[in-house]
Amino acid sequence: MNLLRIAGLNLDIHGTPILRDVSLSVDPGQIVGVIGESGSGKSMTAFAVMQLLPNGSAATGRVTLSGHEMLELPERALCKLRGNEVGMVFQEPMTALNPIRSIGQQVAETILIHEDVPKSEAMARAREALNRVELPEDRFPLTRYPHELSGGQRQRVVIAMAIALRPKLLIADEPTTALDVTTQAQILALLTRLVREDGMGMLMITHDLAVVSGMADEIVIMQNGRVVESGPAATLFETMQHPYSKALLAASGHVPDRVDRDGGAPLLEVRGVVRDYRLPRKTLFGAPVVIHAVKGVSFTLERGESLGLVGESGCGKSTLTRAILGLEEVQEGSIRLDGEPVFTGHTANRAVRRRMQVVFQDPYGSFNPRHRVSRLVTEPFHLLDTPPTGAEREAAIDEALISVGLTPADKEKYIHEFSGGQRQRIAIARALIIKPDLIILDEAVSALDVQVRAQILDLLADLSARFGLTYLFISHDLSVVRSITDRVLVMKSGEIVEEGPTERVFDAPRHAYTQELIAAAPKLPEGVA
Amino acid sequence: MADPRTNIRPKAVDWRLWRQVFASRSLAIGLVLTLIFAGAALISLVWAPYDITQMNIANKIKPPSGAHWLGTDHFGRDILSMIMVGARTSIAVAIVAVGIGMAAGVPLGLWAAARKGSLLDEVIMRANDLVFAFPSLLIAIMITATFGPSAINAIIAIGIFNIPVFARITRSGALTLWQRDFILAARVAGKGSARISVEHILPNVTNLLIVQGTIQFSLGILAEAGLSYVGLGAQPPTPSWGRMLADSQTMISFAPHMALFPGMAILLTVLGLNLMGDGLRDLFDPKLRRGRT
Amino acid sequence: MLRYTLKRLVSLAISLAIASVVIFLAIEILPGDPAANMLGVNAQEDTLAALRDQLGLNGTPWERYSSWIGGMLTGDFGTSYTYRTPVAEMLGERLWISLPLALYALTMSTLIAFPAGIWAASKRGSVADVTVMGVTQIGVAIPNFWFAMLMVLVFAINLRWFSAGGFAGWDAGFFAAMKSLTLPAIALALPQASILARVMRSSLLDTLSEDFVRTARAKGLTRRQALWRHALRNALIPVLTIIGMQFSFLIAGAIIIENVFFLPGLGRMIFQAISSRDLIVVESAVMLLVFGVIVVNFAVEIAYALVDPRLRAR
Repeated sequence: MNLLRIAGLNLDIHGTPILRDVSLSVDPGQIVGVIGESGSGKSMTAFAVMQLLPNGSAATGRVTLSGHEMLELPERALCKLRGNEVGMVFQEPMTALNPIRSIGQQVAETILIHEDVPKSEAMARAREALNRVELPEDRFPLTRYPHELSGGQRQRVVIAMAIALRPKLLIADEPTTALDVTTQAQILALLTRLVREDGMGMLMITHDLAVVSGMADEIVIMQNGRVVESGPAATLFETMQHPYSKALLAASGHVPDRVDRDGGAPLLEVRGVVRDYRLPRKTLFGAPVVIHAVKGVSFTLERGESLGLVGESGCGKSTLTRAILGLEEVQEGSIRLDGEPVFTGHTANRAVRRRMQVVFQDPYGSFNPRHRVSRLVTEPFHLLDTPPTGAEREAAIDEALISVGLTPADKEKYIHEFSGGQRQRIAIARALIIKPDLIILDEAVSALDVQVRAQILDLLADLSARFGLTYLFISHDLSVVRSITDRVLVMKSGEIVEEGPTERVFDAPRHAYTQELIAAAPKLPEGVA
Repeated sequence: MADPRTNIRPKAVDWRLWRQVFASRSLAIGLVLTLIFAGAALISLVWAPYDITQMNIANKIKPPSGAHWLGTDHFGRDILSMIMVGARTSIAVAIVAVGIGMAAGVPLGLWAAARKGSLLDEVIMRANDLVFAFPSLLIAIMITATFGPSAINAIIAIGIFNIPVFARITRSGALTLWQRDFILAARVAGKGSARISVEHILPNVTNLLIVQGTIQFSLGILAEAGLSYVGLGAQPPTPSWGRMLADSQTMISFAPHMALFPGMAILLTVLGLNLMGDGLRDLFDPKLRRGRT
Repeated sequence: MLRYTLKRLVSLAISLAIASVVIFLAIEILPGDPAANMLGVNAQEDTLAALRDQLGLNGTPWERYSSWIGGMLTGDFGTSYTYRTPVAEMLGERLWISLPLALYALTMSTLIAFPAGIWAASKRGSVADVTVMGVTQIGVAIPNFWFAMLMVLVFAINLRWFSAGGFAGWDAGFFAAMKSLTLPAIALALPQASILARVMRSSLLDTLSEDFVRTARAKGLTRRQALWRHALRNALIPVLTIIGMQFSFLIAGAIIIENVFFLPGLGRMIFQAISSRDLIVVESAVMLLVFGVIVVNFAVEIAYALVDPRLRAR
């Protein structure tokens, strides 16, 4: 008998169809991966199992969890099942815990709510659950508060809460999307271990094919609220039929066609850059705490080259980016573009700054919602001494929009009229408009769905070939960096620990940290993409 | 991806539609009430049912009738006309006070946000906290104690109290905007913080300011009434709702209409402005709109 | 926690110091000669001189400020010009009416607002919610002194349940005294309770949509349990801010309400002092009220830290 069986599930929210005829099942001890892009309905499927749906939801069909018809049970009975028969882990560990209650209280609550046991016993079992998720007592006493823990540690607390009563089913909704790659690998390993130890079933929801391919027994692919393909993980990649699944798989491993070019003369030279931050003192008379964000970084970027900068959050890559862009002064070292310093004295050099531009990660936050596209893309003209006006300006806008695959008519629109991928194209147009030598791509494709990401990567490769652009490609995503760069720098704790041609670094990493990173990155099975 | 707004209420009845109807209805009622009183104030500039500078003792303290819809006061003046003219005082004081609050508070808030964490930010915000310790009534008391009573007192006192209100709301709105990538993009384009504040921050906090402006406007009307009632605001012969209530107090047992109508005028104006503020907030607040995906 | 408390204490002291300077400047320095201000333009030069001498106005501003502050710190608030009695004594007497009135109103407002706000939030969109929101909308808009007048008309003049004004005095017994404070307290509490209930509701609704409430629901808590155990304490932080700010509105409101009910509290004393141009009394009474507001806000900031462990860690 299936542990969880979803049959013909339809879901409407405020009359908008969200799910249509969704069927899938999970057996005890089985890991089922549900994959889809944003809006595919994969998370709503999970919430439908928990019966934690938004207001205005109407679900029909059957959801059977170990014999219980979830759609027919009254709320009181559902509360008895949640946390007891089925546990859930969420995407955003930073906000998933109550900030004002200790982790011990929060884990023990799962037990206290379902079992009539003394508080001391619940606390003892909470301790045990925290030990199981590898938060040992000496470093993580029950009295710790969430704000004292990192994102990965908080996710472990959430997992401890979910498994404290050893439920039969664990639902994990994008549990590692917000985490760094090495933390992601640890959390995935932890989840797999717990599932195997307890013989739980697990419904693993993710947008990342590679994440599930390594751990799931069954894979379900969803698109626009429907299941388009499902089957055993071991063979699905070979047998998949649906065009969407194939497109998704192709996009996941997509490598844009790039013209290999030998580096030319040095364009960007970074020499011994140091950037410290002072934090407010922790004690009344103590010395102020100094954070060494960047400690003596040197590298050279050659004209026409595409250089990757890889590192996890907090490694100093954002600080370094801001320093290169002239937004922040460095304490030591120098940054030169084509021999000219970015900073003269304490002021950033306009003549240098107009030769580099940047594309940010968030396609939704990168534009002032109150300006039209024409005004948005011409913002960098502010760096020119004599910005083009009239017909010349219009021509520049049209040219930039056309070169990123949009039309001149788009310049009259506001940003909310565009999709995420189109916005990223506009961001690239904004960077191109003053014809810079260097474009810094700061996690520029990280927030995009895989298919859109593949298109943007193709666009970047094409633009670099056409305009001879030089890229500094900053990302935490190793597969993306591998597909678009010639050379790569690996950064950790403010230092560059490894540098070399991309192929060499990925195939034969020398530094222990690089090896760890590459081992941690989820991979699609050999030969499928 | 998980919808961050996923509400945890299972199988709930759909009230959202009703909420939207209710929200827009409150906007509509608010607008109508506000327009009635603003209109009355404007009409009184050129015409009122009776001349309120003329006393008519023979006709004093008459309950509402066909000739005097809202009755007459202890000098025989028409209360409807008094309320119409009094609306001018209330609205003028409240508008100028909101103007003072915005003119000083908004730039201070923008400036503090642009220099977040600096000494300047700290000083501006601490000064704001300090002003909050002086309710407008205390400021009016201090001014009156030294310069004597006048309507200007009310304007200054309420205006000063409005400054930290607008400074705070501007700063908090601006701070979240400064985190956004489009501000970083403007900095990459070489724009300074003053230019960014005017070009990018200010237009995006206008909604906040409009909503807060309506609320402060209604609070200003309440405060002006209170100040005039205790004699710290508009002085006779300037008609004002607060003074009309003060005059009626000793006669309330035999002439309740003298107290009822000016009070209703204050209540309905403030109610109208508050409803309008709520309606605007719901209209502007993306949290209440449907999710963007 | 210690560091946080010390920081707040320092900021409390600075606020008090600046507030006292502002009050001193506004009342003693800005108008030029306070003695002339008190006696009017037609005063004789020798009367003025005598008054200046009596009020200690002959020193430099700094000397006058420090003697005013020094006096207050030792409990000497100067002598009233009109009553010829120590201001400290007058303030002490009046405080025994104004302070209980403010606390009575604050208690009443909190006791009404919390249940109403929580009820409305937990039944969002229901008839209960719409009713609470409608009533509070009117409560916020009603001028409290007018509401007080209407209550006098109904409960004192028509029904004769309460007296129309005046204070029975604490000598008349606790209940008699509280009874004469009841109508004033209701008048003060109604608008504040309305604001507080609305803030409580919206803060609770915001918190209820937080991720951690969803986590709690996934653990098997009912909606009600999630509200009481997880959302409520988090929702209290903005509510505390409003309670702190309301204290200053209560003080201001009390000054007006005391006039409606002819209560011999601080507010009426201030008005009498203004009309008799007794600046020493005005100055000290205003300082006392501002002191109250600043101390209450300090207490609120300490309360934040008790609610929120993130602040305790600082």
